[in-house]
Amino acid sequence: MTQLALVIDLNVCVGCHACVTSCKEWNTSGSAGPLADIRPYDRDPTGTFFNRVQTFEVGEYPSTETVHFPKSCLHCEDPPCVPVCPTGASYKRKEDGIVLVDYDKCIGCKYCAWACPWGVREIDEARHEMTKCTLCVDRIYDEALPPSDRRPACVMACPTSARLFGDIHDPESDVAKAIRGCGGYQLMPEWGTNPSNHYLPRRKTEVRIAADQVVRADNPLKKDGKLPKPGLNEPSLDDATSW
Amino acid sequence: MNPAFSVIFLTTLSGAGQGLLLALYGAEVAARLDVIDAPAHRDFYALGSLVAVGLAGLGLVASFFHLGRPGRAWRSVAMWRTSWLSREVIALPAFMAATALYGLAHYLGGRGTIAIGLAATVMCIALFVCTGMIYACIRFLQEWSSPLTVVNFFVLGTASGLTLAAAFSARTAPALARDFATIALLTTFAGLCTRSMSLVRNARLRRRSTIQTAIGIRHPQIRQKSQGAMGGSFNTREFFHGKSLAFVRHVKWAFLLTAFAIPLVLLYVAGARASAPGLSSAFAIQLLGLMAERWYFFAEAKHPQNLYYQAIS
Repeated sequence: MTQLALVIDLNVCVGCHACVTSCKEWNTSGSAGPLADIRPYDRDPTGTFFNRVQTFEVGEYPSTETVHFPKSCLHCEDPPCVPVCPTGASYKRKEDGIVLVDYDKCIGCKYCAWACPWGVREIDEARHEMTKCTLCVDRIYDEALPPSDRRPACVMACPTSARLFGDIHDPESDVAKAIRGCGGYQLMPEWGTNPSNHYLPRRKTEVRIAADQVVRADNPLKKDGKLPKPGLNEPSLDDATSW
Repeated sequence: MNPAFSVIFLTTLSGAGQGLLLALYGAEVAARLDVIDAPAHRDFYALGSLVAVGLAGLGLVASFFHLGRPGRAWRSVAMWRTSWLSREVIALPAFMAATALYGLAHYLGGRGTIAIGLAATVMCIALFVCTGMIYACIRFLQEWSSPLTVVNFFVLGTASGLTLAAAFSARTAPALARDFATIALLTTFAGLCTRSMSLVRNARLRRRSTIQTAIGIRHPQIRQKSQGAMGGSFNTREFFHGKSLAFVRHVKWAFLLTAFAIPLVLLYVAGARASAPGLSSAFAIQLLGLMAERWYFFAEAKHPQNLYYQAIS
């Protein structure tokens, strides 16, 4: 069984909001209709977004870390927002596990938003329908696009490749390997909804160099003694010196 | 949560109507069993049922204001297998229809009223359970996720309906007013007990979700620096009431006073003399108090999504 999902690497995300704007651009241009923009050029602009990047500061000054945290629908394997929907507008696709809203059936009662612990569903205040991340379902299966473009708009936009997309149930997929290899975790696991989107934790990035790695012991030029041996403080280049 | 007035009106008005039906049917059964003297006139039931249907109908009208797309409301009967909201959408008109039939049967001479009334009572209780479960079934809204939620909807609705029955009978069937007032008094007191229990329970809640589980970083010191939007979002408008802690606390004491304390005194004083103005004001004050109670019920619930919206920038 396929379960498409995003894996978001918090170690790499720089908080540029490119995924936010790209998501909005793609999804406001789709056949489902535009996403509301209220007072876009005025005071307190607001509107519908499927994806938001938030920023948290972890630790006590001065030893703090800034964590940029993109948040969108997690496409839970057991989504609490689906069974509460009175009309059946909210559903989870069997074939690929995407949680979707059938906008034509939605009555805008907002009950599904109440039933989502992460607050990733937003009512569109112009359309009066519940909207949410679709994992760009109108894009990832579009055979008019080249295969490399059949990915969600946010994934395409990410300049640091902090967002991976794939089938987490396929153990050989990039996302499954990333979850396994980098300690991918779920948000609020305490509610047992089994979110499909995973996050990769921050990692300590250190460069460790041993003393013998500074000097290339097996430099063939040095072995053959073809070049004069320069002083220790002189600049060294593989092709030019024996250091 | 940000309290929605449509839902406040729906639950309080419909609750009073449901309680009134329970009172009417209870009186009829008690009269048949010779526990109380039968009311003077069959119009008492017919008119009372009309009031109950009217209150539930007002609630139904209010509920439409909660919807973004009221024109599609008919679709909401579809998912009764999984959704308590869908079940409520079925139970509310069913209750209204059964209650209207009950009143009509009384108006047309009183044949088969016990059976129809029983059906209306079953629908009434089903509606109370559906309404309560809409809130109680959301397990991560910990303030609501308790059997006490369903109990409170049932007891508070019944209490206001009984108070209404006392006020109503003081004008139409004075012999019943004292009995109704006594039962309303006991039920209101029971409501005070169960509502206080949920207040105490909610004051002692331990949050299962924290900012640490919300973003998955195990560090005791995490502060939000931005929430991704500066002009607010659906998340800030729907899940925050925006009132001060002091305001919320005042609402709590206001509803404890107006939904319970004042009606208890009025029911005791006016009930003894079957005074129609006294009992009517008891109902009016109690209904207003229950609206404040319902406001507090929503405002008190802290949605875990609020963890992601602690600071704007």
